[in-house]
Amino acid sequence: MNMIKVTINDMPIEVQEGTTIHDAAKKLKIKIPTLCYHPDLSVAGNCRICVVEVKGSRTLVPSCSMPVADGMEIYTNTLKVRKARKDVIELLLAEHNMDCTKCYKNCNCELQAIAKDYISENDRFIDVAIKKHIDKSSPSYQKDDSKCIKCQRCVRTCIELQHVGAFTMAHKGEHVAVETFLDLPINEVVCTNCGQCVNRCPTGALTEKHYIEETWAALADPDKYVVVQTAPAVRVALGEALGFEPGKRVTGQMVTALKRMGFNAVFDTNFAADLTIMEEGFELLGRLKKALLEKKPTVLPMMTSCSPGWIKYIEHEFPTLLDNLSTCKSPQQMFGVMAKTYYAKKMKIDPAKMVVVSVMPCTAKKFEADRPEMNSSGYKDVDYVITTRELALMIQQAGIDFPALEEEKCDSILGDYTGAAIIFGATGGVMEAALRTAYEVVTGRDVPFKNLEILPVRGMEGVKQATIKIEGCLPDWKFLEGVELKVAIAHGLTNARTLMQLVEKGEAPFHFIEIMACPGGCLGGGGQPIPTNLEIREKRMAAIYAEDRGLPVRKSHENPEVQMLYKEFLKEPNSHLAHELLHTHYRKREKY
Amino acid sequence: MINEKLKKYKKKIDIIFSDTDCPAILDKGLKMSADDIIKELIDSGLKGRGGAGFPTGLKWKFASQQKESKKYVVCNADEGEPGTFKDREILDKQITKVLVGMAICAHTIGADEGYIYLRGEYNYLIPQLNKEIEKFNAELKKRKVNFNIYIKSGSGAYICGEETALIESMEGKRGEPRNKPPFPVVEGYLNKPTVVNNVETFVYTAMIIQNGAKFFKDLGTKDSRGGKVFSVSGDTPYPGIYELELGMTLEEFVELFGDGDTKAVQVGGASGFCVPRRKFKDTIIGFEGVPTGGSMMLFNSSRSMYNVLHNFLEFFCEESCGQCTPCRVGCQQLLKGIESVKNKKLSPKYLDDLRNMSDTMRNSSKCGLGQSVPNAFNSILENFKEEVIY
Repeated sequence: MNMIKVTINDMPIEVQEGTTIHDAAKKLKIKIPTLCYHPDLSVAGNCRICVVEVKGSRTLVPSCSMPVADGMEIYTNTLKVRKARKDVIELLLAEHNMDCTKCYKNCNCELQAIAKDYISENDRFIDVAIKKHIDKSSPSYQKDDSKCIKCQRCVRTCIELQHVGAFTMAHKGEHVAVETFLDLPINEVVCTNCGQCVNRCPTGALTEKHYIEETWAALADPDKYVVVQTAPAVRVALGEALGFEPGKRVTGQMVTALKRMGFNAVFDTNFAADLTIMEEGFELLGRLKKALLEKKPTVLPMMTSCSPGWIKYIEHEFPTLLDNLSTCKSPQQMFGVMAKTYYAKKMKIDPAKMVVVSVMPCTAKKFEADRPEMNSSGYKDVDYVITTRELALMIQQAGIDFPALEEEKCDSILGDYTGAAIIFGATGGVMEAALRTAYEVVTGRDVPFKNLEILPVRGMEGVKQATIKIEGCLPDWKFLEGVELKVAIAHGLTNARTLMQLVEKGEAPFHFIEIMACPGGCLGGGGQPIPTNLEIREKRMAAIYAEDRGLPVRKSHENPEVQMLYKEFLKEPNSHLAHELLHTHYRKREKY
Repeated sequence: MINEKLKKYKKKIDIIFSDTDCPAILDKGLKMSADDIIKELIDSGLKGRGGAGFPTGLKWKFASQQKESKKYVVCNADEGEPGTFKDREILDKQITKVLVGMAICAHTIGADEGYIYLRGEYNYLIPQLNKEIEKFNAELKKRKVNFNIYIKSGSGAYICGEETALIESMEGKRGEPRNKPPFPVVEGYLNKPTVVNNVETFVYTAMIIQNGAKFFKDLGTKDSRGGKVFSVSGDTPYPGIYELELGMTLEEFVELFGDGDTKAVQVGGASGFCVPRRKFKDTIIGFEGVPTGGSMMLFNSSRSMYNVLHNFLEFFCEESCGQCTPCRVGCQQLLKGIESVKNKKLSPKYLDDLRNMSDTMRNSSKCGLGQSVPNAFNSILENFKEEVIY
């Protein structure tokens, strides 16, 4: 690799060939503002905020896309640069909805942040903001074109990161806009509701549909019994929206805050994650038994079904593979059903008066809760889903001094969880949890990995594979003796597509596949604090595995509250009642 | 009407539309080495005839130096600049010369595939062009030249005349200009080295190969070597297509083509410069003065320059790809700005704010479209301020 010598603001620096001016400046502690640039996506170079002066160049140069050349003399703060930057900001403001105080992204908007730095005048130019209706068709998020700055981050996210392509740039000139196919409402196209676009939108053009007021109303209603569950990935990211560095675990404080907000019971989705492992683990063993012992035609590989973005994706794109999916509901939904049946019965609460709120790192979970089949309890199993971001907002609204809170523990009987549950929040976590239980059920021993940490399934690589040889089986499972269990894990829908294309062709030699729609798994979900980048997601991942390591019980089948649930209510995994309440079905959706 | 003055004009030339022995040029070119061809073109001083004016020899040199085995030759026949209709004529009457130029380019850089990106509005030419291309491809095959030419159709977007937007369109994507670098000669069509040249440019390369660099260099001026095909329109008794030496003054030009009452000439189309009568004597038509891809529009005193400017700005608002902020929003601001001043919603002082903002369009837009909008805006405003305001 050649080294290139340039000067920036008369300061010399040597960088690798191919480095952009923007990155070279960063090494000199110079921050050049950007809008359309995002570290997870390809370089666009369309907003023109990042332009700088380069000696000898006819025009100003976009620092996000221009690679350095030997001898380049770059200036990032000349009068010319500042004027251009101010003009670009004010042109953006001229085509923007200026109702910031009413906007969900107020004070967390990248356009606002840059405009603030340049003390921009917002009516220097003629107002050309569009007044199109807001697309509220999706239960997960909404699209407000009046706040779009045409940076194309959402389009690039949906195409490059997720390979779904629900959005495209349409038309040109003054009419250019982000649109769906034929400008149909979002809920009528292939959008999976994964919310990755929401995570990367710099303004308030794409925001989740919030259920904050509904939740407050339920909490204030003396007639209602409101319970809350929190997903594993929430506790390692909630802090980011409340002043902490990425990777800070705030589990105990989160529980305290929820109790203070007035929930009648504060539970944990992790409880249901352990439950899911019981149901799904035995479902997998059942399929393996059918295939290897009974030698009947069996649908393999089995694929996880807890990611609702993934479920909508496979329903659109690979409907012939729906039978591969586990019939298990997601932990969120299993929790809702258990709350309104098992828990309600035990505590003698009228389930009609129970409201289940779930805090999720996810936008697709809002869609999942609304799926018409999610009412096995006899009521809507999960009433409201709020994202990590919404919870942070509610905590602030309630005046809770979050950093100063004491730590508390969840309530019983749906609040206990193991380390296997917490790792659901990371890609590979569901797989690892399932293996920890399945292996022990079959052999009576721990998985043959140090500290129960199945490293081959962990990490940020897009598609991961592992093989585990099953040896020393208990009598009931002798048919698995010597079997090399092959598993695969993919996160992000692009990687899911790669795997599914192999499965379609019959070239996937796996028994079990875990798919998460979001990069990094749930920890990178569409409802997590903004901004997101690989570094932040890696810190959240480290926090999740640290929490697992620190827990006394780390295998789902050893969760005492789950054991009690089976003993008193469900009887055994995949029982008739379990199937009725905790399992579901899927449906084919159109490709366009 | 026959232009008697033009018949006697010493700078009238006849290269592009002349009768030529195309097969002979092809054979001559194929026998030359890449280095010799490049040397000839650089020596001739030929610059791109689409309007941007990049030295052709240099472009072919860069492409030939790339170590990629797959390369492309693309003929930019998108001819979208308002008032330009000369490529249409060249394609209609001299297609073989274009193809010869493309083949010699392919030989020089090492390309095996060539495309003519034909403006969608010229689709009616496709049947006749395909017939000639089929004949030409057969001639190449006879000479054991591994190069085939195909036509790709545009879909009616001015921005696809910009070389990287053109390439995006060829790839089936939105016609949005790319970041440069990398330039097409390094990463172009399908990310392979690609030479994109205008129709007229390819013809001149063929003629330079036939007659040598000197014959071309002897025409025009130091900075604007050679000849140029102009498409003349507007308030003129002699609208049409004419090939003339570069470097004449606008005074000479208006003397030939004006109707006696020429108030202004728009040189270079909507993205060019408006030259008022009082500047005709001192303005050269060429790269050292006001360059043009061929479009020459004459306006007499019956024309409102406000209407002219309004028309250009409307054009840009519609044709901008919309990708980058300065162009997308800037074009709208200029258009709505002059309307607001005209109907007294804003004071004439606002035009100074617009001129100020247009500097950012010029130095920060992603491509030549946004960078050129200020040309018409500023030159019309500067020279016809009263007409714009009142």
